Amino acid sequence: MKPMAKNGLLLVIVVVLAFAPLFLTRGAKFNGADDQAKAAINTLNPNYVPWFKPFWKPPSAEVESFLFALQAAIGSGFVFYYLGYAKGKHSASKKDQP
Amino acid sequence: MTLRKFKKVSLLIAYVIAVYIFFPDDAYAMHIMEGFLPYNWAAFWWLAMIPFVIAGVRSIKKTVTLHPSLKMLLGMAGAFAFVLSALKIPSVTGSSSHPTGVGLGTILFGPTAMTVLGMIVLIFQALLLAHGGITTLGANTFSMGIVGPFVSYGIYKGVKKLGAPLWLSVFLSATIGDLMTYITTALQLGLAFPAGGVMASTLKFMGIFAFTQVPLAISEGILTVMVINVLSTYSQKELQILSVFTGKELPTSKRRV
Repeated sequence: MKPMAKNGLLLVIVVVLAFAPLFLTRGAKFNGADDQAKAAINTLNPNYVPWFKPFWKPPSAEVESFLFALQAAIGSGFVFYYLGYAKGKHSASKKDQP
Repeated sequence: MTLRKFKKVSLLIAYVIAVYIFFPDDAYAMHIMEGFLPYNWAAFWWLAMIPFVIAGVRSIKKTVTLHPSLKMLLGMAGAFAFVLSALKIPSVTGSSSHPTGVGLGTILFGPTAMTVLGMIVLIFQALLLAHGGITTLGANTFSMGIVGPFVSYGIYKGVKKLGAPLWLSVFLSATIGDLMTYITTALQLGLAFPAGGVMASTLKFMGIFAFTQVPLAISEGILTVMVINVLSTYSQKELQILSVFTGKELPTSKRRV
């Protein structure tokens, strides 16, 4: 199979894996697994009190999602900067030795 | 010909954008929350983490002094972990979690390098996002930056030795490493909260973390394969320096240009 077709097919699988839960489990809240863990800790040891609080918490869900988006943006920015740089270097070296 | 590579890359971009347009908020994910490990366990995991961090810093220093040209690729491996751990994806269990993204860097630079990079990602999330925590940094680094990468590394080497193709060893390595990270998290919580036995507690936490993680781990495996596909086209020299594949496995260049 051609590499492009291969990556395209792989992408379809990833998209299905990410979206299918939304249709398979309708009505689910998709809370974070760590919130469920908090609840589980409460049932296992009702007396447990967290002994440390985060220094700073994002004041709202909007701010938090902004910071998460920023994290993803910085990360993907660099990943694709590198891929572009590698591609450019590759085609330049191809030109040098035809 | 280059159009095809372009499409490959833009598909990857489209995936990343699509995921965080559609699932941006309201979903906290994994990592042990700040203050949620009793302090003796928090201290234990911190101590357990330190030797690996030291080994990791040494390994990165060595790589960078021997091959300065690999700095960019190292940054890319860190950035990949950075993106993937920002993507909280819904799972079939009706809750959300996120991949770790350390498998790629492990395959390229070895496990201890990813201990350091994983820890940096975790510090960022603990300080700016109140996600994970400083007291639980040791435990979280141990699961995401030590157990995950070492499992990934072992599986990658082992499966390749058995003669599997590159994509399969990359896929299994990233997927199982991701899963093991969350199984470790469950074990850490089980050890800290052993009401009714460590095993019973661990299984309970595994039900929360590990099953949610299965589809995400598969996604991470596939994304890692996609990046390796692109790298093995454009960064052959770097991959050869890192001996990601041996000479005869160089599968790519024939078809291009």
